[in-house]
Amino acid sequence: MTNARCLVWSLPTLLFAASATASTSMPLNMTKGVTEISQQVYQLHMTIFWICCVIGAVVFGIMFWSIIRHRKARGVQPASFHESTKIEILWTAIPIVILIGMAIPATKTLIAMEDTTAADVTVLVTGSQWKWHYKYLEHDVEYFSLLATPREQIANKLAKGENYLLEVDRPLVIPTGKKVRFLMTSDDVIHSWWVPAFAIKKDANPGFINEAWTRVDHPGIYRGQCAELCGKDHGFMPIVVIAKDPADYQAWIVQEETRIAAAKAAERELLAMNMSMQELMSTGERVYQGWCVACHQATGGGLPGIFPAIKGSQLVLTDRAAHIDIIVNGKPGTAMQAFGRQLSLKELAAVITYTRNAFDNNTGDTVQAADVFAVQQGKGE
Amino acid sequence: MSAITSEHDDHAHDHKPSGIKRWLFTTNHKDIGSMYLIFALLMFFIGGAMAMVIRLELFQPGMQFVEPQFFNQMTTVHGLIMVFGAVMPAFTGLANWMIPIMIGAPDMALPRMNNWSFWILPFAFLILILSLFMPGGGPDFGWTFYAPLSTTYSNDSTALFVFAVHIMGISSIMGAINVIVTIWNMRAPGMTWMKMPLFVWTWFITAFLLIMVMPVLATVVTMVLTDKYFGTSFFDAAGGGDPVLFQHIFWFFGHPEVYIMILPAFGIVSAIIPTFARKRLFGYASMVYATASIAILSFLVWAHHMFTTGMPVFATLFFMYATMLIAVPTGVKVFNWVATMWRGAMTFEVPMMFALAFIVLFTIGGFSGLMLAITPADFQYHDTYFVVAHFHYVLVTGAVFSIIAAAYYWLPKWTGYMYDERLGQLHFWCSLISVNLLFFPMHFVGLAGMPRRIPDYALQFADFNAFISVGGFLFGLSQLIFVWVVVKCARGGEKATAQVWEGAEGLEWEIPSPAPYHTFDTPPVIK
Repeated sequence: MTNARCLVWSLPTLLFAASATASTSMPLNMTKGVTEISQQVYQLHMTIFWICCVIGAVVFGIMFWSIIRHRKARGVQPASFHESTKIEILWTAIPIVILIGMAIPATKTLIAMEDTTAADVTVLVTGSQWKWHYKYLEHDVEYFSLLATPREQIANKLAKGENYLLEVDRPLVIPTGKKVRFLMTSDDVIHSWWVPAFAIKKDANPGFINEAWTRVDHPGIYRGQCAELCGKDHGFMPIVVIAKDPADYQAWIVQEETRIAAAKAAERELLAMNMSMQELMSTGERVYQGWCVACHQATGGGLPGIFPAIKGSQLVLTDRAAHIDIIVNGKPGTAMQAFGRQLSLKELAAVITYTRNAFDNNTGDTVQAADVFAVQQGKGE
Repeated sequence: MSAITSEHDDHAHDHKPSGIKRWLFTTNHKDIGSMYLIFALLMFFIGGAMAMVIRLELFQPGMQFVEPQFFNQMTTVHGLIMVFGAVMPAFTGLANWMIPIMIGAPDMALPRMNNWSFWILPFAFLILILSLFMPGGGPDFGWTFYAPLSTTYSNDSTALFVFAVHIMGISSIMGAINVIVTIWNMRAPGMTWMKMPLFVWTWFITAFLLIMVMPVLATVVTMVLTDKYFGTSFFDAAGGGDPVLFQHIFWFFGHPEVYIMILPAFGIVSAIIPTFARKRLFGYASMVYATASIAILSFLVWAHHMFTTGMPVFATLFFMYATMLIAVPTGVKVFNWVATMWRGAMTFEVPMMFALAFIVLFTIGGFSGLMLAITPADFQYHDTYFVVAHFHYVLVTGAVFSIIAAAYYWLPKWTGYMYDERLGQLHFWCSLISVNLLFFPMHFVGLAGMPRRIPDYALQFADFNAFISVGGFLFGLSQLIFVWVVVKCARGGEKATAQVWEGAEGLEWEIPSPAPYHTFDTPPVIK
């Protein structure tokens, strides 16, 4: 029996050892992170962890000593004591002292974490089902950041890549050595923006703005995930942050501003053009796979009771104007977002054309950028 | 009081009908207690089956068996069933069976309400479980049903969810009223407050918590209902509401709820440890005060579930300090149990084994709770598997282990037969090992950065998740041994004496085993 009990005692240790050999890549502890704050957080974590270990060793040590020594099988007679004011006051007081000792550094770190003043760069982070949007408040730079892992990998049809589920099409870029302030909000449900390396986890609440900040010392790529259950694809909205040194960051900002400005100019040109069905369909399929497939599914069949089917939809087949409208303006009170604010005119025209002609819908007509633009301006068909 | 009761000694006859009518119409606290316990066991297996679906999907990276939408329904309904269907009814069942006997009362004070509070429960869970088969599925927003995920963005079964939760709440409130009225008014002469067994004390305090917070739960589900169906905007910023308000109301219910699920466990362990240590409970009075302190503090810590929602820093500090403070009375309890064991003469029958495992593993859950209280560190732990590990240590190896311990402890009193000790020990060791394989590695997965409530994960978490799933399947299978033990014990075996356990003290051990259908028609004399 004693051996059996030793086994219980050593079980966590055994587990620890077994699990340590089971995985080569997963860290077994909280990350130290790459910021001063994240290292303070790690220190707090380790301090409280060791306090718990010491208390545990003492309490469980006494308990197991008692289990081994004070057993009826050894022929002991039970004692009759059942209270002692002195010792009870002692074991109330000692924990209070330990807790005060712990509360002081925790308070200091917390106050530092909440001080978002005097930031060099501010980024507005907006969550929506199931993607992040980043807007640099000092520059004309804003874009969506979507999961880049192919659906085939998730469905086990392709081998999974190294950064499976932790890769995005357009990462957030921030400068090193600068205080970067994040403003968090959401377009729909509550999300939570979490990058472990920065020790930032802040909820993105619809209709409200939260703040957080970081100062990253070393260039690098840092990965995180949405941490608050936000619906079906909660597990599929990762965060990737690239920290670049200030010169590279500045160059990147200029490059992005140029790219976005060029795209806007192309949009205006597009208004006068007619794209071919073939071009619209191929672009539309790409957009559909990135933005629509999570709800409406690869078959266009949706999920009965939650997400309506596009295949054979009466709205698509009979009311072209309503079709353009629902994609541009969304449907308030449902998960259908206003994609007019999220996609370019070309992408909108393409995805509407695509959904009008894929999934055996075969309406045979195209929707052009100008049609979408008219709806955006409130002058629809 | 004794004069009044002695005039009614014709109650000794069992006027019970036979067959299904006995169970449908019963007002007997023992029958109702048994029904609660059997119902809880059934729910434990249904909720457990959902956990198996979750672990099956998480066994490997990639989506293999279920859709993300269904995965979310499983995590949600697993949580709801385990909290409201398994743990709470199991404690209510134990209260029904044991409280009247422990205080020398003939029955619960409000027997008809007792019948009603049980019989509405199966319908609540029928509604909840059947909603999974609706088009669009059942509730999928987590058992915490945060708005606006549960309002604007939820599926059509939300009304059924709200209705089911209302019924569960009404059942709990009625059960709690019954416990309070019984304890307050029906103690045998001489059973003064500070002579009551700790199980009675902890349930008395739990019942007050229930009465205070279940209406808050009812309020918040009703607000969800009106936001979704009747155009109100309690939780919608566009209409002047606030989604974080939901969390404040929910956790004002939710945190005391956590203690509702652990205080009776403290009472059970405080009954079992002295029995098998053959020594009086150390620090009885401080146990009572510690229980009351925990109950009061439970109203002041709700926002520690919400550190990442963006509260003002002073509010955050207040909730951090208040939460840390809870470690003090909880520590007192653990120290008292260890001091009770100290220089006792211990034997290690199955109830004692589960109680000892409770002390160690619940304390581990308490430690991770203390870590979670440290707000800056909580930002890293929050909504990860570290939290999942934490609350399963306090709820499975805490609450559930105490319920199993209680079942073994009182089974001979209920059935009149001793359970099979060898099978019970097998159940204990299988459970102990598998539950730690299941939940201990979750600490590491969480610290490494795996969020909770995700159906698929990055490759670095793969090995650990496979390991955890195996632990989960083993723990699930181990519980079948328990059913075997209970069924075997109900059918026969070695006759149990009235005393059952050598070191047991209390009124329940002074009546024959099995306990007669009616007990204490005449109040006992309390020494």
